[in-house]
Amino acid sequence: MTLLKTLAPYDFPSSDAVENYAGRQLLYINWERHRMFSRPFVLALPPETPFGEIIDTHMTDCFSYHPDWAQIDWSAVQWLNGSSPVVLDRDKSLADNGIGHKDLIRFITPGLDGIAGSGY
Amino acid sequence: MDMKVSKKLGLKERYTMMTRDLAWDTTFQPMDKVFPQVGYEGIKIHDWDKWEDPFRLTMDAYWKYQAEKERKLYAILDAFNQNNGHLSVTDARYINVLKLFLGSTPPLELMAARGFSMVARQMVGAGPRVACMMQSVDEYRHFQTQIHSISNYNKFYNGLDEFAHQQSRMWYLSDGKSFFDDAITAGPFEFMVAIGFAFEYVLTNILFVPFISGAAYNGDMAAMTVGFSAQSDEARHMTLGLECIKFMLEQDPDNLPIVQRWIDKWTWRGTRKLASVGMMMDYMLPKRIMSFKEAWEIYFEQNGTALFTDLARYGVKVPKCFGQTIEEKEHITHQSWIGFYMKPDACPFHTWIPAPDELDWLSEKYPNTFDKYYRPVLEHFDKQEKAGKRFNNKTQPMNCQVCVSTIKFNEPGDPMEMCFRETVYKGEKFHFCSDHCKEIFEDEPEKYVQTFISSHAALQGKCEPEGSDVNAHDYRPGARMHAYWRMDKRATGDFNGSEDQKNFARWRAQATKN
Repeated sequence: MTLLKTLAPYDFPSSDAVENYAGRQLLYINWERHRMFSRPFVLALPPETPFGEIIDTHMTDCFSYHPDWAQIDWSAVQWLNGSSPVVLDRDKSLADNGIGHKDLIRFITPGLDGIAGSGY
Repeated sequence: MDMKVSKKLGLKERYTMMTRDLAWDTTFQPMDKVFPQVGYEGIKIHDWDKWEDPFRLTMDAYWKYQAEKERKLYAILDAFNQNNGHLSVTDARYINVLKLFLGSTPPLELMAARGFSMVARQMVGAGPRVACMMQSVDEYRHFQTQIHSISNYNKFYNGLDEFAHQQSRMWYLSDGKSFFDDAITAGPFEFMVAIGFAFEYVLTNILFVPFISGAAYNGDMAAMTVGFSAQSDEARHMTLGLECIKFMLEQDPDNLPIVQRWIDKWTWRGTRKLASVGMMMDYMLPKRIMSFKEAWEIYFEQNGTALFTDLARYGVKVPKCFGQTIEEKEHITHQSWIGFYMKPDACPFHTWIPAPDELDWLSEKYPNTFDKYYRPVLEHFDKQEKAGKRFNNKTQPMNCQVCVSTIKFNEPGDPMEMCFRETVYKGEKFHFCSDHCKEIFEDEPEKYVQTFISSHAALQGKCEPEGSDVNAHDYRPGARMHAYWRMDKRATGDFNGSEDQKNFARWRAQATKN
């Protein structure tokens, strides 16, 4: 139940509704325990984008600055959508992987805990 | 014939005639139609005459005091500027504090001026109306004097000239803008709790430590004098905020839960806003006054505990976020500085890795956290920079839907993990930095679905510089953010090697050597 009180009707559209992105959707990416990158980054991509492209292009561009990036064992990587574990197929599209508008994809790289194990 | 001399008015009578007596009840229109805003938030006021004016100041006396302060202030500013006072600051890194301050604070003083003039019109009682009107004029004065004092630096250093353009566009200024937009679009009583109480009373000292004391410690007489000139105004603002809280609570017991929710909300929003202020204290002032953690302990934990003990007789509890802010005081300044350090192209001020003795200072001030979580990565960055690989992250950030901070704070109880919260409203997902921001959203989702998030707006093509051709074949929304922000290239990048660094060293050498 909203607690909003107003003097007149108050009904405004969301600023970031999916319709505002011309056929694309927002996707956030975070590498867990690698907070050197301060916060997740955001992309706007068509839902038919293959998930592999996210890894090979966008994640690599951003995260390869970290010495842990080259050490990742991709067969051991665990994925989360928000706080729920998910299985993601790099050959399938975002839509076919069940990734929707404004989903937050987090990945855990077991054994890699950042610079000197600091989480950074 | 005897002259009849009327008796000179006493202070109290004079005060009454110059304030309360100037007000009247309307008769052509009913009062509740003339003042609709005081009713809709649910706050019940039965007798406006019970408002105790926290300071007895009439408008004529107000003008007199303020004019005197202005004369003193501008005498010092002129002397400072004419003597090339900018060269007497500790080192050129200090000027970056002013750049961050100029973008983030004077525009908010202006919003405060607008807010208080609105509340002055909306309130029914003559006491609060006069007090709000004076505060509005004060805020306008602070907005102007801050800009005046810093304008002299604009003649010599980069990154100060586009703050007004950047205020409503720049990614890292959106948190402060959102703070005031939220307050000013609330009703008059919530605005008073937000700005008058939570910001002016509970948190304002934390803002003034790095600004006034920081300026004094680092040789900036101009900024220091502006701060001192504002201080007696701030004392009035604090008493007004507190009086408003007490007045609401004394008027009706039904007001308590509403006021408590606002105190919880605005103390948290203010705390988030202060993360970058703390960063100025720990990382940006070449000569440090105290750590953010120490300031938080004195001004928030100790003073706040005393304040809320006093308010307990009205049934008010300490803000819900109190415990979390105590845990976070060990972390947020380091997390904020790393967030700015990694974006050298996207800030109109310079960042840097602290010198070894400064890292030692941080280790000493933050014995529980700095060496364990933050020092290793800062030293790693330093090595990378020296190897010609200065960190420069090109991505766009994810922000909290409520406070609009980038989502960078740790999970309570686990400094290694990022804190994420999300909710779904009308089929759309929304993300938050904390439980507190999530709760604020869920209380009034209609309001926060409209939040301006710079990276999102850019990806919609709403942040294009003038003259962009959105039909060009290579058009990509958000690709020309630097032009949209009117970013001066000379103002960006690491402090090491910057034009400011070189000029300052050269000018100071001219002043001190042959």
